[in-house]
Amino acid sequence: MKNLNSVFAAYIIGWSVFFLLFVSIAKRSSDLRKEVERLKRSTPGKSQEK
Amino acid sequence: MVKRLIFGAIAILLVSLGAYAALYVAPDERTMGVIQRIFYFHAATAWAGETTFFVCFLANLLYIWKRQPKYDWLGVTCAEVGVACITVVLITGPIWAHPVWGIWWTWDARLTSTFVLWLLYISYLLLRTLIEEADRRAVLSALFGIFAFIDVPIVFGAIRWWRTQHPAPVIMGGPGSGLDPTMRRVFFFNVLAMHVLAAFLIVERYLLEETKHDVQTLQREAEAR
Repeated sequence: MKNLNSVFAAYIIGWSVFFLLFVSIAKRSSDLRKEVERLKRSTPGKSQEK
Repeated sequence: MVKRLIFGAIAILLVSLGAYAALYVAPDERTMGVIQRIFYFHAATAWAGETTFFVCFLANLLYIWKRQPKYDWLGVTCAEVGVACITVVLITGPIWAHPVWGIWWTWDARLTSTFVLWLLYISYLLLRTLIEEADRRAVLSALFGIFAFIDVPIVFGAIRWWRTQHPAPVIMGGPGSGLDPTMRRVFFFNVLAMHVLAAFLIVERYLLEETKHDVQTLQREAEAR
């Protein structure tokens, strides 16, 4: 099957772009959630009000 | 969290089924053969990207009108997901073009307007990193986003208004255009799958923007103490 490698390459590269975007979002979310926890610990009065 | 996991699983399932249908269910195209199967992924991702930019455009308009931060968050969210979609389109297109045209790229109206679209939304995202003050950043990026969207109808119309190296439209292309019924079903299934994937990424990215807002609020509270 001529060009089958190109077809698979297109799908794999395309999916990788979406996967990398998802990983980047997950990493940034995780870092921000840690920051929220740190800030809540440093301002206990405010976090209790929430 | 469980709902988000289920949403993600549905998106992955649909995209996988779409790829299976494109690779094994759709019939071979008569002249191009197997390489044409890239079309189902390439064009479906392009449609999802353009829908995402349309939502970005609506969010930008709503921000200018209502000045509510949630519209600014939705704008940047959709711009980022749209850029990912158009990146995929700009990569998969040349992979298809090389064996069919004998060249990776040509500066025809469709390819150039798509590349300009990618550059415009990259600029939108870069612009946001350059402005410190939140309200000013939101207003300027909303205005820039409204301007950037002008290119979306140009991308759509490029293969209808001008003679291009890019193939003529097979969907909404007028008399003489069209797809084999099985190819059509596979294509629209892939369009659905890519829209669900884009929607999942938009939800995840929007929640990130909300968390960013929480961090800024807590930082202000900590500074005020």
